[in-house]
Amino acid sequence: MSRSVVTRPAVAIRNVSKVWTPEGRSPVNALQGLDFDVAPGEFVVLLGPSGCGKSTLLYMIAGLEATTSGLIECDGLKVEEPSAERGLIFQEASLFPWLTIADNVAFGLSIQGVLPVRRREIAIEMLRRVGLSDMLDKKPDELSGGMRQRAACARALAMKPKVLMMDEPFAALDVQTRARMQDFLLQIWRDSGASVLLVTHSIDEAIALADRVIVFTARPGRVKTIVPIDLPRPRPTRDARYHEYRDLFTELLAAEVERAFAEMEAA
Amino acid sequence: MTTLDTPTEIMPPVEPRARPNFAPLLRQLAGIGWAIASIGLFAGIWELLWYFELANPLLLPPPHLFLADIPGTLKYFDRSDRIGSVASGGGFGALLITMGWTTFRVVFGLTLGFVLGTAVGALIHYVRIIRNLLLPTILLLAPVSPVAWLPVAIFVFGIGDVPAIFLVFITVFFAITLSTGAQIASVPKNYIHVARIMGANERKTFWRVILPAILPSLFMTVRLNLFGAWMVVLIAEAVGVGSGLGQITTMARATFNSKLVFFTMAIIGLLGFLSDWGLRTMQRKLLWWVAPNQGGLL
Repeated sequence: MSRSVVTRPAVAIRNVSKVWTPEGRSPVNALQGLDFDVAPGEFVVLLGPSGCGKSTLLYMIAGLEATTSGLIECDGLKVEEPSAERGLIFQEASLFPWLTIADNVAFGLSIQGVLPVRRREIAIEMLRRVGLSDMLDKKPDELSGGMRQRAACARALAMKPKVLMMDEPFAALDVQTRARMQDFLLQIWRDSGASVLLVTHSIDEAIALADRVIVFTARPGRVKTIVPIDLPRPRPTRDARYHEYRDLFTELLAAEVERAFAEMEAA
Repeated sequence: MTTLDTPTEIMPPVEPRARPNFAPLLRQLAGIGWAIASIGLFAGIWELLWYFELANPLLLPPPHLFLADIPGTLKYFDRSDRIGSVASGGGFGALLITMGWTTFRVVFGLTLGFVLGTAVGALIHYVRIIRNLLLPTILLLAPVSPVAWLPVAIFVFGIGDVPAIFLVFITVFFAITLSTGAQIASVPKNYIHVARIMGANERKTFWRVILPAILPSLFMTVRLNLFGAWMVVLIAEAVGVGSGLGQITTMARATFNSKLVFFTMAIIGLLGFLSDWGLRTMQRKLLWWVAPNQGGLL
């Protein structure tokens, strides 16, 4: 992409590894020697077989998990603890059921001490941006799955994050909702100017969204290859090049899934 | 043109008239109707047993007998909250005062148990040294019946309100303490992640996220122990306080006044029912995000 003249990466991952040490069992290498950058405003998709540690990487960038070795920097600063500048969206919206949608969106602002009137204004603006203007005073369980996920986006965006991370955000949604949410996400991404890091195991989702796709190996997760998607958005699924990407990713993943299965049987 | 084509003239959509929704009201009325039928059946069988002289009116006076002479019954109630007071012919006001004292002991004990139970439960969950020091003792004391605490309560607090309140407190305290830890452990991890990302420290996370998340099930624990609390308060009043409905029951038994026994039982039943209704209403108002539960009359 032509987003060069970059001074500093939004996220810099330097030789990062993660080892899990479950109680009473031998340590597991979850991630090994990761090393890549995310440019400001870039849309990066992390694609890999399940269990390869790509979600763990998001949690480490968010500051919720420590790295075992290596360094993660955001905007040149070492990540040591969570920050609202690095928003994280989960597979379930995880809205608080005891707050209205508007109060959920304003939750972070209220923690930061923003006054109620201003909070409400921002919540209204954020919910307008995600198309939930008439849901302000509804309870979370009155919303559909897709709406809840959009409200969760609004909650993260209200903090004006520089990096927006999403851990399989659409996996729990049905196919139609999913396609619409992808369009919605691209729009949000353009509006906010944040870098997006999205974890998925769906090849189509990766091709539909990413500037660059980072393909992970099976455990221990390593960067297998990085593929820039050189297609104009919205991306036509009928394009021959779309299918070339599709075939490429299918092949890359198939090898990893096979390796993962072989290892599981050996264990 | 197929039949699927849009017809040339479209009927204007019928304005849906705002019709009052009678369904909830009807459901409530049906509930009340069944309640009357249920109590009526019970009372009817009792009355029949009396009518056919199968139930001795001296031992088991049917409702029309023990509800007949209410002024006479009410003279056993006293306006003051005195110990072993001689009935001063209190009337209806005295009945309300007696009911009030008993209710106060239940409400105060439950509130105290709820607040302290949650606090101790949270400390046990979060502070390792407190967990190690307290948990074994609490697990040992939890199964001890509140009634077994009665002598201890009287030894320590003497005769008065405190033993009764203490017994109610004991009834909920251990249940709340033990369930708090389990509830905190089962708060979805992502709730806590969200709070941390938004910059909440541990204290804010507890008050703003963990407490609201566990409150509904703690409240449920209180509701489940409500009837237990009503049982122990009467025992405490009979033995250690000397006032309230429990004392009236004891006195009625001692003086072989079966009408007074059944009258007081009816009052106790009514109070228990009302307090459960009160807690349910509170739950609906305070914990509005929890779906309203069924299973109550009103």
